[in-house]
Amino acid sequence: MNAFMESTSSIVQIKGIRDGLLATFADADWSDQRDALMLQITERSTFFQGARLAMDVGSQVLKVNDLVDLRDWLSERNITLWAVVSESPTTETTAQLLGLATRISKPRPEEARHVLESIPEDSALFVAKTVRSGTRIEYPGHVVVYGDVNPGAEIIAEGNVIVWGRVRGVIHAGAKGNREAFICALDLSANQLRIADEVSAMLKPQKDPRPEVASINHEGKLQAELWSPGETTTRK
Amino acid sequence: MTAQVFTITSGKGGVGKTTAVANLATALAMDGKRVVCIDGDIGLRNLDVVMGLENRIVYDIVDVIEGRCKLKQAMIRDKHYPEMYLLPAAQTRDKNAVSPSDMVRICKDLRADADFVIIDSPAGIERGFRNAIAAADSVIVVTNPEVSAVRDADRVVGILEAEEKGNPSLIINRLNPTLVKNNDMLSAEDVLDLLGIRLIGIVPEDETVIIGSNRGAPVVTDGKSRAGTAFRNIAKRLQGEDVPFLDLAPQSGLWNAIQRLAGRK
Repeated sequence: MNAFMESTSSIVQIKGIRDGLLATFADADWSDQRDALMLQITERSTFFQGARLAMDVGSQVLKVNDLVDLRDWLSERNITLWAVVSESPTTETTAQLLGLATRISKPRPEEARHVLESIPEDSALFVAKTVRSGTRIEYPGHVVVYGDVNPGAEIIAEGNVIVWGRVRGVIHAGAKGNREAFICALDLSANQLRIADEVSAMLKPQKDPRPEVASINHEGKLQAELWSPGETTTRK
Repeated sequence: MTAQVFTITSGKGGVGKTTAVANLATALAMDGKRVVCIDGDIGLRNLDVVMGLENRIVYDIVDVIEGRCKLKQAMIRDKHYPEMYLLPAAQTRDKNAVSPSDMVRICKDLRADADFVIIDSPAGIERGFRNAIAAADSVIVVTNPEVSAVRDADRVVGILEAEEKGNPSLIINRLNPTLVKNNDMLSAEDVLDLLGIRLIGIVPEDETVIIGSNRGAPVVTDGKSRAGTAFRNIAKRLQGEDVPFLDLAPQSGLWNAIQRLAGRK
């Protein structure tokens, strides 16, 4: 048993970071990595009570199944899995599908405002498929979707959201309070739109949808207007 | 010979998964194919009832997995179609008695001796669903033209995409052309618009389906039933034939709309 414990602690390393705990793994099969993590947690269950856990899984390729099982197991033990960092694009996509963060260096609250004013123009997440019910995408920059956003799906971006498709789910742009953020889509019949802390009423589906841009107007209300050529030059 | 493995699933319960499995399997058997149905709903089995094989069950899938019998011993031959078999679920166990790799192993054993393996998935997106899709070559999503059913179907399609299970196909079950015409029901076009996957059949609302299920005689065996015809056509499409879609509402523009949608990718 002791030898086993030693071998598991060499597979998984757990240390404290600013946002909770970070588990990093040595190269091994996912089942071994997972078992090692589970064993560590079971051995020191009081220490892990209520913890926020992030994982750095290296190049491990993880499917939705793998992460869902682990997340459920963790949540039964009152541990929140909030981030999965990986070099594998498949794993990153999986983590995004489950609404997990894929980076762990979040700005501190006092830094947040400063960062907001300077979201790098090129920091955007590109999603080249329809975002379906039950999927939540959170991103600290802009989000671009090439596809639809279906009812029951959520996109939460600190920057702008651009959808080349239909929006029928929930979109929140400027999620950290940026009132300059905007949302545009080819068809904006969303369940609900939010920019910063403004919320729109439900938008009626249109018969002949046309591209629209939603932003906060001079009166401080969230409003959607039809896109017209040349308008984008005036928008930052 | 290598069987194709289809899993029929939906997300929401009560949309007609089990009915679809029983009817498609029977229709394939009527075409002379060798078919094995697997009831993947461990603990809530009912495919045996719909197929009228309830009182023939001796062993079930959990007995096979736990080594109490051979696979062949648990397979029940159909009363009318000797080339059709059912592998029943266990009624007294829960879904944790089966793992995805168990399903893959069973289907691997079945592939050699069948043309089609059809797996009936339980509702939901938990363990039982994961078991049911683990071995599938292709997945068929069944939905009703109702907002709640379509949203759950959308969720399932999203999971299948994330699992890289290939593009699922869609059956729209219990469509009522009159309600659609009066704008009281989502049309097939609305459903397809949202889900954006390949349509392989629209089954009209038809009370003979319920009568058939209760009698343990799937409705495809009834030559006059509209729903039966729809299921027979889907079975043909599963065999790779190009069958035109049923004309459900001759007077409306629905027919044209469906044809247009069927042609799209």
